[in-house]
Amino acid sequence: MITMKMNGVEVKAEEGWTILETAKFYGLEIPTLCHHEGLTPYGACRLCLVEIGEGPRAKLVSSCTYPAEEGLVVHTDTKRVVQARRMMIELMLSVAPYSKTIQDLASKFGVTRMRFKIRNEECILCGLCVRMCEEQMDGKAIGFQNRGYQRKISTPFDLRSEECRLCGGCIYICPACQLRCQGPQAESALCNACLTMDPTCLDYYDELQCWMYDAGRCGTCVREKK
Amino acid sequence: MKRVKKFKNVEELRKTIDEQEASRQQEKKRVIVVSSGTCGQARGSLKVIEALKKAIREEGLKDQVMIRVTGCHGFCEAEPNIIIYPDRIFYQKLTPPDVRTIVKETLVEGRVVEKFLHRDPLTKERAWYENEIPFYQKQKRIVLGDNVFVDPTSLMEYLSIGGFRPFLKALTRMKPGEIIDTVKQSGLRGRGGAGFPTGIKWEATHRAPGDIKYIICNGDEGDPGAYMDRSVLEGNPFRVIEGMMIGALAIGAREGYIYVRDEYPLAVRHVTLALEQLYKAGLLGEKILGTDFSFDLHITKGAGAFVCGEETALIASIEGRVGEPRQRPPFPAQKGLWKKPTCINNVETWANIPLIILNGADWFSSIGTSGSKGTKIFSLVGKINNTGLVEVPMGITLREIIYDIGGGIPEGKAFKAVQTGGPSGGCLPASMLDQIIDYESLTAAGSIMGSGGMIVMDEKTCMVDVAMYFLNFLRDESCGKCISCREGTQRMWEIVKDITEGKGQPGDLELLEELALATKEASMCGLGQTAANPVLSTLRYFRDEFEAHIYDKRCPAGVCKSLIRYAVIPEKCTGCEACKRACPTGAIQGTRKDVHLILYDKCIKCGACLEACRFEAIEAQREEAIAIVREVKP
Ligand SMILES: Cc1cc2nc3c(=O)[nH]c(=O)nc-3n(C[C@H](O)[C@H](O)[C@H](O)COP(=O)(O)O)c2cc1C
Ligand code: SF4
Ligand code: SF4
Ligand code: SF4
Ligand code: SF4
Ligand code: SF4
Ligand code: FES
Ligand code: FES
Repeated sequence: MITMKMNGVEVKAEEGWTILETAKFYGLEIPTLCHHEGLTPYGACRLCLVEIGEGPRAKLVSSCTYPAEEGLVVHTDTKRVVQARRMMIELMLSVAPYSKTIQDLASKFGVTRMRFKIRNEECILCGLCVRMCEEQMDGKAIGFQNRGYQRKISTPFDLRSEECRLCGGCIYICPACQLRCQGPQAESALCNACLTMDPTCLDYYDELQCWMYDAGRCGTCVREKK
Repeated sequence: MKRVKKFKNVEELRKTIDEQEASRQQEKKRVIVVSSGTCGQARGSLKVIEALKKAIREEGLKDQVMIRVTGCHGFCEAEPNIIIYPDRIFYQKLTPPDVRTIVKETLVEGRVVEKFLHRDPLTKERAWYENEIPFYQKQKRIVLGDNVFVDPTSLMEYLSIGGFRPFLKALTRMKPGEIIDTVKQSGLRGRGGAGFPTGIKWEATHRAPGDIKYIICNGDEGDPGAYMDRSVLEGNPFRVIEGMMIGALAIGAREGYIYVRDEYPLAVRHVTLALEQLYKAGLLGEKILGTDFSFDLHITKGAGAFVCGEETALIASIEGRVGEPRQRPPFPAQKGLWKKPTCINNVETWANIPLIILNGADWFSSIGTSGSKGTKIFSLVGKINNTGLVEVPMGITLREIIYDIGGGIPEGKAFKAVQTGGPSGGCLPASMLDQIIDYESLTAAGSIMGSGGMIVMDEKTCMVDVAMYFLNFLRDESCGKCISCREGTQRMWEIVKDITEGKGQPGDLELLEELALATKEASMCGLGQTAANPVLSTLRYFRDEFEAHIYDKRCPAGVCKSLIRYAVIPEKCTGCEACKRACPTGAIQGTRKDVHLILYDKCIKCGACLEACRFEAIEAQREEAIAIVREVKP
């Protein structure tokens, strides 16, 4: 057993657990995006950042990849953490503004500005699809290509892959390709409707034919305004 | 190359070292050392060697003179150069015909040929001997110095300077714990960038549970402008390998890898040759010198990605996976190559080990400052008179490096900034010239020691442009995993690019700072964590320059093309037509002896005319200054 301190409380973790797993076990919420139970942790979205250590040596790490260590001091919600998280959301918005997941995250964390030029790539390169395909669908049909700003998801040589069985696993898990609700600000980079509308955009759902509402899936607005 | 025989035991090796050392001391021949590293070869050293051989043959001096082709001596500016021993006469910038003259004059007649001697760019004085050259005088070349004495392709030559004595000492007289203690006490810190204490890393790997352990030499060296590790591997590969063998003894590793980037063909060749000879000599492989110590060493060629220098990415790359960093911990010392404890050190770190073992921890720790011991090699490049590799004791000031060793800024221009630490480092202004060089002081100043790149910039350098250059490098070289690093560098680059194009807006600098902080804080590996340094340090020391670009739409250094326009100053123009000939687009009009004129619609702002004009009659003007002038005088 590993003993650590989380938000001031002593917690115990099993050997091999990450900080995220430990936090979950104790019911502490840490937002995640590129993490999925059943897939290898990757650490791409940097949303699950937490602050570890104390004093001048304190630093931020991604809790989904950082192992639980004896004596570690963890804070999940410091100002430093929230600030960095907000910037991550703003950066993700700038490349995938039509993702419901990311719009919802923006509302949830009070990200009310998007200061970058929109480059709609409908992908935040979280790697969930790649891991889903390889680890759960036994496919290895898709992968990352290039590095840096040229990085993208594709099949080998950008050709239709023989390996792909069209199982749809990659689409199912993708956080960027689920359409955002077609509320009053459907075209702007940042919706924030749940935050700013009163009454909430729920009241408009029927007229605006929110797809999420029809499918009975959304509920963000309800949750936010409750 | 002298033949290599197999050493069956410790005694045989010791005897051969004694013999080789003695025969070097008794050498009666004059020795001509030709520097022929990558840089020397690029400047024609191979032709010089040919000419030298021919001239010596023709003069019938074959029995009295020996040629030694060595790796790099570090004085790039003076390549190709030769040193004639025993006098140590130093001739520089030679061509094949020059060599002929030298052989006749110096070797036959015994006269020094003045015009090939080094001339100090500041005092204009000529130096006869190598040790009189200011470039070398303030250096302390404990690692690089031996490059002059050995043919890097010959094990016997390495033995003749006492090579492998440190290894013998470690093998026969020291326990692993003692070796580690010596390295710890020496205060040696990693030369790959972060400066982690080497002894502590060795100890951690030594103590990590498991029988199988690995050691790795990191020769990826991806920083733009840095080539220290290349020169060490090229010029003295045996020294690095000996360091690794001592490390293997201490750590308990029986296998190791040298990771060299494929763009370093000469380094790859010399390391490969060295490995071949060491296997033949029985110094690598099973039961080395009949003892229980077995050690296999391989070379791995990297494809030259900057991020592959990061230790976990490098390990992934050796394993044949994509070179992408992963979460640490677990550190390589716990779980490294093939998930086994692994000690990874930089080329220069390994090269220091034999010296520390031979001369002791006290000798090493007597050099340097309280927190940083020994020497550091820098590659001094950019706007500096003496470009080259300089090895200096820790604690020396930037001013000493730039002015005393580097000979100052060319063409009498003013110093503006020096960039240390490559893309992870920062730019330090003139007010920091008296800053001493050690790990802590450089970090406090907003830069880092890094692996040793040192780029000097003069007054004609635009710091916003410099920030953009490094961001462009980083957005390309980031592995792209973390959104903070991938998008962070991309967006910072976009903002800075806009600023250089005159599209900067109020609030840009604040956003830049916010983004820089987030990139630094949120990224997984050292690349992202330091990616903001070039921006943050230029903002810290040259904020006014950013502001001039944003608010006045002016590039003070006259570099950013969108913000300048080239114009002829009528009073100064003599009508010499030089600019007209230099212009690639035919944008300059004018006849001989008449004032010339630049046609703005044709000008592509290449700056060739400015370079060509000997009368300083062309200047880079501010875009809208011209606009105003035009308004006044339609
Ligand atoms: C982006 C990045 C690039 C690096 N490149 C190099 C390199 O080219 N050479 C090197 O020795 N270390 C490099 N490092 C540092 C290594 O990760 C590692 O710390 C080093 O090899 C350890 O050796 P040392 O303790 O002897 O310095 C790099 C680190 C990062 C984050
Ligand atoms: S396509 Fe979707 S799941 Fe795949 S990397 Fe992009 S955002 Fe992630
Ligand atoms: S649809 Fe194809 S690419 Fe997507 S997870 Fe399934 S096999 Fe992989
Ligand atoms: S910080 Fe940059 S280089 Fe390092 S793992 Fe993240 S994306 Fe890759
Ligand atoms: S080079 Fe200079 S001096 Fe000569 S014509 Fe051009 S502007 Fe005039
Ligand atoms: S800047 Fe280049 S293109 Fe313009 S006038 Fe001068 S030489 Fe010609
Ligand atoms: S959830 Fe941890 S980095 Fe994405
Ligand atoms: S002299 Fe060796 S690299 Fe230039």
